[in-house]
Amino acid sequence: MSTEISYTDIDDVHDDHEDHDHKPTGFLNRWLFTTNHKDIGTLYLGFSLLMFLIGGAMAMVIRAELFMPGLQLVEPDFFNQMTTMHALVMVFGAVMPAWVGFANWLIPMMIGAPDMALPRMNNWSFWILPFAFTMLLSTLFMDSGGPAAGWTLYPPLVLQTGTSFAFVVFAVHMMGISSIMGSINIIATIFNMRAPGMTLLRMPMFVWTWLITAFLLIAVMPVLAGAVTMLLTDHFFGTNFFNAAGGGDPVMFQHIFWFFGHPEVYIMILPAFGVISEILPTFSRKPLFGYASMVYATATIAFLSFIVWAHHMFTVGMPLQGELFFMYATMLISVPTGVKVFNWVSTMWQGSMTFETPMLFAIGFVVLFTIGGLSGLMLAITAADFQYHDTYFVVAHFHYVLVPGAVFALMAATYYWLPKFSGNMYSEKWGKIHFWLSAIFVNVLFFPQHYLGLAGMPRRIPDYSPQFADFNMISSIGGFAFGATQLIFVGVVLHCVFRSKVKATAGVWESSRGLEWTLQSPPAYHSFTTPPEVTHNMLRHAE
Amino acid sequence: MDQKQQNRKTARRLVLVAVAMFGFGFALWPLYDVLCEVTGLGGRAIQVSDNNELAIASDRIVNIRFDASVNSSLPWVFEAKEKLNQYNLGVPSKALYLATNPDSNTITGQATYNVTPPEASLYFVKTECFCFTEQTLQAGESREMPVYFYVKPELPEHIKDITLSYTFYRQGYSPSGNPAHH
Repeated sequence: MSTEISYTDIDDVHDDHEDHDHKPTGFLNRWLFTTNHKDIGTLYLGFSLLMFLIGGAMAMVIRAELFMPGLQLVEPDFFNQMTTMHALVMVFGAVMPAWVGFANWLIPMMIGAPDMALPRMNNWSFWILPFAFTMLLSTLFMDSGGPAAGWTLYPPLVLQTGTSFAFVVFAVHMMGISSIMGSINIIATIFNMRAPGMTLLRMPMFVWTWLITAFLLIAVMPVLAGAVTMLLTDHFFGTNFFNAAGGGDPVMFQHIFWFFGHPEVYIMILPAFGVISEILPTFSRKPLFGYASMVYATATIAFLSFIVWAHHMFTVGMPLQGELFFMYATMLISVPTGVKVFNWVSTMWQGSMTFETPMLFAIGFVVLFTIGGLSGLMLAITAADFQYHDTYFVVAHFHYVLVPGAVFALMAATYYWLPKFSGNMYSEKWGKIHFWLSAIFVNVLFFPQHYLGLAGMPRRIPDYSPQFADFNMISSIGGFAFGATQLIFVGVVLHCVFRSKVKATAGVWESSRGLEWTLQSPPAYHSFTTPPEVTHNMLRHAE
Repeated sequence: MDQKQQNRKTARRLVLVAVAMFGFGFALWPLYDVLCEVTGLGGRAIQVSDNNELAIASDRIVNIRFDASVNSSLPWVFEAKEKLNQYNLGVPSKALYLATNPDSNTITGQATYNVTPPEASLYFVKTECFCFTEQTLQAGESREMPVYFYVKPELPEHIKDITLSYTFYRQGYSPSGNPAHH
């Protein structure tokens, strides 16, 4: 690996500008043609916040329809389009791009690199996303309507989507290409551009978890692309990959989809693990407990994610040996995940803890994500899964790991690093109000869904038996309140970036450690143009 | 090596991985069929033979259930003449299905099959079956459709019951409503 790097050419390019930060002038030059990792990170984060609001609005439609038994607000087909689009938008539009946004902002600053390894490709990977989602969302306005078969796109049902299906498939292709290019960039940056002294086992946990996530993305996004391509040809060109009448097998789609789908859930949560591992030590004023075991646990989770996919399809009629294998393999994941949770608790143990907003969200993550993990263990039990399968219990489970899991971690990361990115402090008071309302209402929203599922309420159905009415009403009230609470978040972010008069210091937090905190807040447009010499006392996690 | 070249080299390698994984997605299709054939998973590993002579009779008896269903795209009535019977292993036997086309048009259909438990499909030999070819029924026509088969005596001891199931589809049926090409 070369340590003798010349970064002078980057500065030369912009020497004609007067701005001391060398930012390009003009809106198009600054944003559309940008190759700067900080600008692209900002674009990703802004885009994902927009998608979070759109996907959230769809969730409001779902909860409004489910407020009472009976059909009152929307047609069943539109309801199905809402559940499908809500998931696609939240997974591919909100959570994944948000993590890529943080990766863009943070990874170069955390490892002492001047920018991402492939800046032009970086620009491209962001700018195809708005087109992909315009295509995807436009299907809602087409005659044949949007996809309505669930985000898992199971045939034969999904093949009954009209001609708009082609738009869905190409949108998924574009999202996949975007993710793959983003991942290639992240891996190349981490492998080739670390500052001298930043050895692999000195890297911050966020960098480690993203490195592993990037490998997962490169391995499974192309498989999803293959699966939706097969759906496309089955739909329009008469192939029979998944058509039983023509000798194909719809169950094969489920195998291929979940070979992608299970690693995909770790793609959304591993960067969250990294963020929590950054935040807890800062506000506990202690080093991360068990750094090396955190790295190995992350890698183990990533490996196991490839051999557990069929636990999503226990009821398709697998042989007993298959069910047992996937049950035990799934349960095995709780071992490395447990290592992480116990390490986080040990990090906080006897620490001088303070409870600023990022810390509140991080602790909320540890508690509530663990609830989601435990309901996952229940679902892993094959015999029990036959009752839980396709009920609201599953909905409650994955929303616990994704909302107070991945989304809380994103909120925590925003509160933690936004002062660094913007140079201004956010309003601690409103941040705390946002946290407490979110933490209360996310439970009002999702906890009753466990009971609904255990009582037998199926997912993805716009109507239900009156016996489920009470819990659904509670859940919907929680949903509306949680949705409204997120507007506070938007307000806090906008205020912090554009209005806040309180300037952030370089370190921002009393006990923050790591290369990004050695830069001023906000960091210069081109940071670490000369690589820093990294010594172990600059980092929290090193030996 | 210079930084830029190093980055491009890493990128090229990773693009290759992504392309290979795209190919792997498609490779899962033949791999899936091979896996089903070897293990009997899916219950479609039935063996086809046009030679009854290979059968070796045994005293062991197995219950065979005959199941019939019709895809909603096909307006036929289709059922097994006998729902359940006992057969000696290794003895060439015959079972009859009955298909009726109550529609006022001539319709062509084709049946798919599977065997439960899937493991049993490895020992199930068909010598002749209506499911091997397309079947055309005139308006109002009824036809007996035979299947000739035997079960190999090597059938594992723990299998006492076998279900043979057929589903009839309209010829060229595809869930998207577009005609499939052949």
